Amino acid sequence: MAAKKAADRTTDTAAKRAKGPAAKVTKNDLLTYYRDMVMIRRFEEKAGQLYGMGLIAGFCHLYIGQEAVVVGVQAALDEGDQVITGYRDHGHMLACGMDPNGVMAELTGREGGYSRGKGGSMHMFSRDKQFFGGHGIVGAQVSIGTGLAFADLYKNNGKVCATYFGDGAANQGQVYESFNMAKLWNLPVIYIIENNQYAMGTSVKRSSSETHLHKRGASFGIPGEEVDGMDVIAVRTAAAKARRHCMDGKGPFILEMKTYRYRGHSMSDPAKYRTREEVDDIRSHHDPIEGAKERILKEKFATEDDLKKIDKEVKAIVNASADFARESPEPDPSELYTDVLVES
Amino acid sequence: MPIEVLMPALSPTMEEGNLAKWLVKEGDTVSSGDVIAEIETDKATMEVEAVEEGTVGKLLVAEGTEGVKVNQPIALLLEEGEDENALENYSPNGTAGDDSGSDSDGDEESDAPEEKTESGKDDAKENTPEPVRHIKPAASDPEIPDGTDMVPTTVRDALRDAMAEEMRRDDTIFVMGEEVAEYQGAYKVTRNLLQEFGSKRVVDTPITEHGFAGLGVGAAFGGLKPIVEFMTFNFAMQAIDHIINSAAKTLYMSGGQMGCPMVFRGPNGAASRVGAQHSQDYSAWYAQVPGLKVIAPYDAADAKGLLKAAIRDPNPVVFLEHELMYGETFDVPDMEDWVLPIGKAKIRREGSDVTIVAHSRMVGFALQAAEELAKQGIEAEVIDLRTLRPLDTDTVIESVKKTNRIVCAEEGWGQHGVGAEIAARVVAEAFDYLDAPPARVFQKDVPLPYAGNLEKLSLPGKDDVVKAAKQVCYVD
Repeated sequence: MAAKKAADRTTDTAAKRAKGPAAKVTKNDLLTYYRDMVMIRRFEEKAGQLYGMGLIAGFCHLYIGQEAVVVGVQAALDEGDQVITGYRDHGHMLACGMDPNGVMAELTGREGGYSRGKGGSMHMFSRDKQFFGGHGIVGAQVSIGTGLAFADLYKNNGKVCATYFGDGAANQGQVYESFNMAKLWNLPVIYIIENNQYAMGTSVKRSSSETHLHKRGASFGIPGEEVDGMDVIAVRTAAAKARRHCMDGKGPFILEMKTYRYRGHSMSDPAKYRTREEVDDIRSHHDPIEGAKERILKEKFATEDDLKKIDKEVKAIVNASADFARESPEPDPSELYTDVLVES
Repeated sequence: MPIEVLMPALSPTMEEGNLAKWLVKEGDTVSSGDVIAEIETDKATMEVEAVEEGTVGKLLVAEGTEGVKVNQPIALLLEEGEDENALENYSPNGTAGDDSGSDSDGDEESDAPEEKTESGKDDAKENTPEPVRHIKPAASDPEIPDGTDMVPTTVRDALRDAMAEEMRRDDTIFVMGEEVAEYQGAYKVTRNLLQEFGSKRVVDTPITEHGFAGLGVGAAFGGLKPIVEFMTFNFAMQAIDHIINSAAKTLYMSGGQMGCPMVFRGPNGAASRVGAQHSQDYSAWYAQVPGLKVIAPYDAADAKGLLKAAIRDPNPVVFLEHELMYGETFDVPDMEDWVLPIGKAKIRREGSDVTIVAHSRMVGFALQAAEELAKQGIEAEVIDLRTLRPLDTDTVIESVKKTNRIVCAEEGWGQHGVGAEIAARVVAEAFDYLDAPPARVFQKDVPLPYAGNLEKLSLPGKDDVVKAAKQVCYVD
């Protein structure tokens, strides 16, 4: 329930945030972002733990380190805007206000999960929260997100689709097919490239002839911007600008979020493609949560004790989600044959 | 001898066309490449260029003439040094399909190439199923009230009418694909839709199958009802990831939240002489995938009624048309709302001796085969599957219980094919009723060749069905 409240708060502030890039950063804003980022981190740590215990199976891609991206973007979206992403999706779901219990129970493949245990880590959705997945095929969500924006324009509903993908997906052909159509028809879509610098174990340098991914829209006439994806306020500011660009009928906008994932690509990662020092350096000097915390303390928006209180609350929610995910029963065998087709 | 300018074909399947306009008159001098005439079919128009230099001696076919046979001489060019007297000595070569008795003298030299053309023509004819105009409704189909007009309609127009009617009914329906709007459809299936519904709902896409298939899925998730046209299903291989991974599976993976109401449609299977990459039957591919519905109609009434049903269906539907059927004419009942049930086969001919199961264009061959078998005393029951997923096994099993023999005919490859699936089901569910092992008819296990003779050898037709039916009846 507390999670629900947190989610509602995110949405409320988001509506205010839509004012524009110059919007003032209030105490409430920063505390909310801090809380949302801590929620994602604690949730992911817990997921990693449950994976180690054998309660979560298959693929499990953790979002730790990238929290500022999704929290900052979400703060700039309006209610009713759609969100779609790839397989590293737990953070996006929480940021959209989805219930941590339902997300965690999907990770454990239980009846209480968002897809009733039939989707797993990479395949969760919430029409209610306008979250359209959770897609396991690298780059597929880019075409689909472009289609959601097509529907927005068709219905003229004043909404945009925030379409996330990684630096790896940025080399997929369909991304450029989508860019072309999005600009051709000026679809209201924000392409958010979460450049965490490694596509599995292949660094951007080793995979991309043009490493400045925000320039990838140039030949389609789509403007792009590089953003410090470890700074939640910078992200919010850039996203608000991109959203306004869409709303002005100018079509798509590309945001390249320079970010970093602390954990491996999935759970079994050889960690041979980068050094321990590199990871440690980012963690100690660029951590998005620490960054927000410093600013909160500096601006005297809250004390260390206040923040510890938030941490504690979040921890309780996450622990509760883990309990729920363990206790929720496996789906009934009769579920095997449901949801294959919509019964007309 | 004057040079003959022949009526050209716009496509391998064109047999005749209209001579819309002459752009030269007798006595004009033309060079190679000059446009001399415009011709048209119901699908397209084309300019005819001179391929030789010379003077236009005679225009043999008047402007505005309809139904000019392909390869029929339409004009004579005089070569340098020839004068009009040469025209008097000219005697037209026999033209394909033209019975209007030509002088045979002096034609000896050109006999050989001509015969090739003629036999080529006959082959094409043999490969085109005779349209069956009599409609006997399937038990599951809506009743056609007495006195309903039956309107002769091409499959192409029936499909167009289905889309237009549905688009009038529901403004969330839109059609997108390559050349669907201004060009009026690569095969003219979307003719006039742009004019009626505008560019918001009839959307020309770039050549970008993967991208626009995914975009269509997103639009369906976003509350619209896209009809995604693939110029042919061969090109849908670029997009098959979205058809299967995104459209078909997401409902299940989302625990029932993410319905994907859309239609992927376009011509499937072999066209004519277009080579292996443009001539594949994907029936079995899509029919294997849970989460999809797969339809492959034969005649115009089914094309219309089933496409309307597909557009209304809340699920992703793969709608497999056949290029070689687009121009075929069948009766379509003139009814307010002609919608057919998805998942119901249709018994197109009743018989007691052997069951022949087919879908799409093969139904025509199955019906022809049945007529020939009847002459030999074998009464075949022909079942048109119409829908491949869900598969109407009951209708097939009931028929086999009566006939005790089955032939499964399809245009695609045999291995893991539609016929293989039906044979397996019949063996599993009606083993005790079978008097012979099920027989299958399918394309030879090779990529479709280009050469006319090899293509003919590769694709199954009426004779293969007759042979298989006699085999299961143990008749030589």
